[in-house]
Formats: sequence, C-alpha cells, structure tokens
Amino acid sequence: MEAPAPGPGFEFEQPIFDLQSKLRSLEQLEDKTEAVKQEIRHLKREVARVIQEIYDNLSPWQTVQVARHKNRPHTVDYLSLVFDEFVELHGDKLFGDDRAILCGFAKLGQYKTMVIGHEKGRTYKERTACYFGCAHPEGYRKAMAKMRMAEKFQVPVICLIDTPGAYPGIGAEERGQAQVIAENMYEMSRLKTPIICVVIGEGGSGGALGIGVGDRVAMLQYSYYSVISPEGCAGILWKSHAYAEQAATALRFTSKDLSRFGVVDHVIQEPLGGAHRDHHQTAQRVKMYLMKSLRELLAVPADKLIDQRYDRFRRLGQFLEGDQPGAGSETDRASA
Amino acid sequence: MTKRQKRGVPEGLWERCPGCQTSIYRKEAERRLNVCPHCEYHFYVPAADRIRQLLDEGTFEECDAHLRPTDPLGFKDRKAYIDKLHDEQERTGLLDAAMTGTGMIRARRVAFGMTDSAFFMGSMGSVVGERLTRLIERATQQKLPLIIVSGSGGGARMHEGILSLMQMAKVSAALARFDSAGGLFISVLTNPTMGGVAASFASLGDVVFAEPKALIGFAGPRTIKATIKIELPKGFQTSEFLLEHGFIDRIVHREKLKSEIARTIDYCGK
Repeated sequence: MEAPAPGPGFEFEQPIFDLQSKLRSLEQLEDKTEAVKQEIRHLKREVARVIQEIYDNLSPWQTVQVARHKNRPHTVDYLSLVFDEFVELHGDKLFGDDRAILCGFAKLGQYKTMVIGHEKGRTYKERTACYFGCAHPEGYRKAMAKMRMAEKFQVPVICLIDTPGAYPGIGAEERGQAQVIAENMYEMSRLKTPIICVVIGEGGSGGALGIGVGDRVAMLQYSYYSVISPEGCAGILWKSHAYAEQAATALRFTSKDLSRFGVVDHVIQEPLGGAHRDHHQTAQRVKMYLMKSLRELLAVPADKLIDQRYDRFRRLGQFLEGDQPGAGSETDRASA
Repeated sequence: MTKRQKRGVPEGLWERCPGCQTSIYRKEAERRLNVCPHCEYHFYVPAADRIRQLLDEGTFEECDAHLRPTDPLGFKDRKAYIDKLHDEQERTGLLDAAMTGTGMIRARRVAFGMTDSAFFMGSMGSVVGERLTRLIERATQQKLPLIIVSGSGGGARMHEGILSLMQMAKVSAALARFDSAGGLFISVLTNPTMGGVAASFASLGDVVFAEPKALIGFAGPRTIKATIKIELPKGFQTSEFLLEHGFIDRIVHREKLKSEIARTIDYCGK
C-alpha cells in the first residue's frame, strides 16, 4: 500500500549514475582538448549502452520498482500528451467523486473517446487525495456510469490502468468494493462500444480488473499486472514481506509473461531506460497503439465485438483435461 | 475442532463450536446440518454433504469432473505448488475447489455449483473458473436456474498468478451472457467468501442469500487493519453487516436454504 519513494534512481542503476557524473565533470571543463571531446562522445555511447543492458535484464522485482517510479507517466500525463482535449466528468451520482479514477471525454486525433484512468497523484497532497491510486467503490461506480454513457452515444472507451489495488478499508467494504468490481467486469464484458485497456504502471489485482475488461488489453513494457502485490504474496506464503523479491519472480507478472499467457495482446515498448526517462516518446507510442486499435475495432459491428470480447476472456486459463487421471501430458489437452 | 472431553468421552464424539466455544455433541450438530444448537453458528460443510443437503436425493450429476489443475507458472514458495496440489487432493478427495453439475431442488431442475473452502481455501484457479464457466454456459443453453454456493477464504488463487485473476473476468462474462438470456442466478454466500470470489460470481446473483454470521468481504480483515491501523468494528464483514449495508437480499438459515431456493425459483419462473 504505502508508496515506495525511490530517490532519483534505483540501486541497480548505479553504473548509469557513475558514468553520468563522469560525463558531467568532463563537460564542465572549459578548454576541451580533442582527447576530452572524444572521451565525452565515448561516455555518451557508454551511458546508452549501460542503460540498455540494465533494462534488458531487469528482474521482476526491479520491474516492479520501475513500474512504481515516482516520475513514471501517470494518467494525467497521458491526458495532456496523448489527447488533444480532456473534459473531466466527475462523480458517481450516488456517493462522491473518487479522485483515484479520472473519467471524461477526450479527443484522440479524429476520434472522440471516453477515458477512464487510475490516478496516483504526484505531490503529497494529490497522493493522499486519491489514496495513492487505490480506488473506492464510488470510483468504480463512476467509471461504470461514464462507460454506460459512452455506450449510449457510441463513444469508444479507453482505460488506463495504474493502481496498487482497490482500497482496503472500512468505508470501501461498507460501500461494496467486491460488488462494484464484479459488476464492472460483468457490464464491461457486454458493453456495446469498443474498449481498449492499457496497463501503464501497476496492474494491481481486482482493482485493475475493475476497469480491465476490454476488446484489447495492452501493457507497457515495464509495467506489471498481478493477482496480488509481491509484498502481499510474500506476507501470506512466506510469512514475511522481506520475501517480496522471491514472490515477484514466482508470480510471473511481467509483460513478457503475460504476453505468453495470452492475457495481454500487445506490449508497448518503452523508450531507452523506461517511461520515466521520456514521457513524450512513451506517450507517442501509446497514442500510436490506441489509434491503430481504435481504427480496427470501430470497423467491427457491436454484436460481433462483444462476441469476440467474450471469446478473448473465455479462453484464458490452463488446466488438464485428460479422461484418465494421471494420463500423460500428450493425451491431455492443456487449454492455453 | 475436535476436543477430547474429560471423563473419557471418545475423541470425535464432541466438537467445540468456533462461535460460542461450547462443546456440542457431533451427532446433534450433524442432525442440524452442522449448525451449533446453542448459538446457531454455521460450521463448514464439505461439498458432498452440501449436495446432500440441497439437492433431491440421488439427482446430482457431476459435470467436468475430469478437469484437473496444472501448474502454469511453475510456482514455488517454500513448497512447490504442484506438491501442495497433490497434498490437498489427497487430503480432501477433490481434484480442485469447485464441484459443478445438474440436479433437482424439490423437483425443480437446476444447474448447481459450489466451491469447497477446504481445498486451497476454496480459492479460484483455472479449474474452478473453467468448471463454473462451463456450468453457466450449460445453464444458458438448457435454460436452467443457476445456483452457486460460495465458500472461499482464498479468493483468486495466487499460485496460478494472473490466470486466476482472469477467471474472475471469465466467469463474470459468462454470467452476463446468462443474464442477457434471461437466466435466474441465485448466489449463496457461506463462511468465508472473500477476495476474488466475492469480487466476481458470488456478488452477481439476481438474488443473493447468505448463511448467518459468515465472513464476507473484499479485502481480508488483516490487510485492512494493516492499512488503516485502527481496530475494526465488531461484526465487520459479516452477513449481517452486508445485509445492513444493502448487499445481500436475505440471510437464510441452513435448514431453510433448500426451501428458500425453491421458492425463489418459483417466483422467477416463467
């Protein structure tokens, strides 16, 4: 729950910072000899190479840290960088206006869209106002109300997922946290307008899935999407949060794993060294993905669309179906 | 749960009620469908007994019993998932936590499913999700009323990772289709119904019943306590709490469950 506060960077990025400080000290020299200039060029290449190398080999636990980086682009950043206009629509018209989920009309190129996105906030004040991106039932109800309106006016829906999980608290239980998440999946599965979901940071369990049923589900390269947080899993199965790193590996929740399981249709590659190093380029890539997917989905009739959406989720899961208990794996049909 | 009594009462004849802590005669509790005669605490009921209690004798035909769990993640904590699975299968005699099929409730044909909270805490992995989805699809095709009795302290099963989470969406989508086709779904919540099970099919009944004093909720009480760091109110996340806050239709005593289900089917029958 509590947001980790990585400083300017992570421990595993130390080689990058070392090279960068060396580079800075050379660049500050007043009279640069040809040899110094050459060294600077070399160091710049080195920095890029080292970043590439580190990010190509991120462990699952390091991926979680990148996904939670305080400078990682949030929904508000995509709203300004990807969309031409955002008209926020507040409130679930029942209880309140949850700041952990933002909803509203937005223009994406020539398309009108309804954007629903988790927001974690950046300043302390913002972060506490939205409970660090953990939505309450009113957030999910607001999202569903706006999606229903989008369906009515044939506006496609774009969901940006970035939450540690749905909020665990007294009020949340009193107002039906379980009920609203169930209801959202139920209604999203048959909403007669295209839905595109993108995991942009943390895909925290039911809190993510509450706005996560769509025709397309994509994720950014260094985001993660999991049944439980690595800390939560470690606490239950290892009896200590100290095993979060092991849990992160065991849970297989990186974009590569999820692609393999068929849970996500597409992985949006992040710029060199992660989305937090280049918001603009990240946003550009997200925009390209959204435009392409929208073009494809808008060509599909609504009835066919929801049939395809059903089939997309229907085939998820892996089990054995041999008639004989203990039958060899060749006679088993493992549904993938 | 069993407790050796003084003066040589053989072990197993008596058990201690987790609700009021009194020792009760096991035969008496069994006669009352595993409900404490003193405080009406509803004990755990294994799948086979639940079927005997709710369906007409000899009418249950299990479906998809041949589906078996596998280990898609190669998951290992302090013990390998695959080994834990074998242990649970041996201990409970079940292949996974859900049992589904068709049967009769007072001569009304129904599609019936349940999760047994003894197997991996009744948690939902791929087999539970698939069995329930096939049950719902069967109920849709054959136009049968659908009854699912939930008992799950575990929610979505961590050991199958994201695939368990996706079962929530899969089962919910199947229920939406069943709903669009006009089907009646009666969801029965028993102790405990938590996490991903509460946040999917268990909450989606046209009519939601709960047994008295069951623990029902999204986040576990320990998680909530660790987050907000204050004591939780008495009776928090019980059936009675949910009734008060408007999330269940009726609290039904186990002895009345069968007749209440039959009556609801009749009201909703076309």
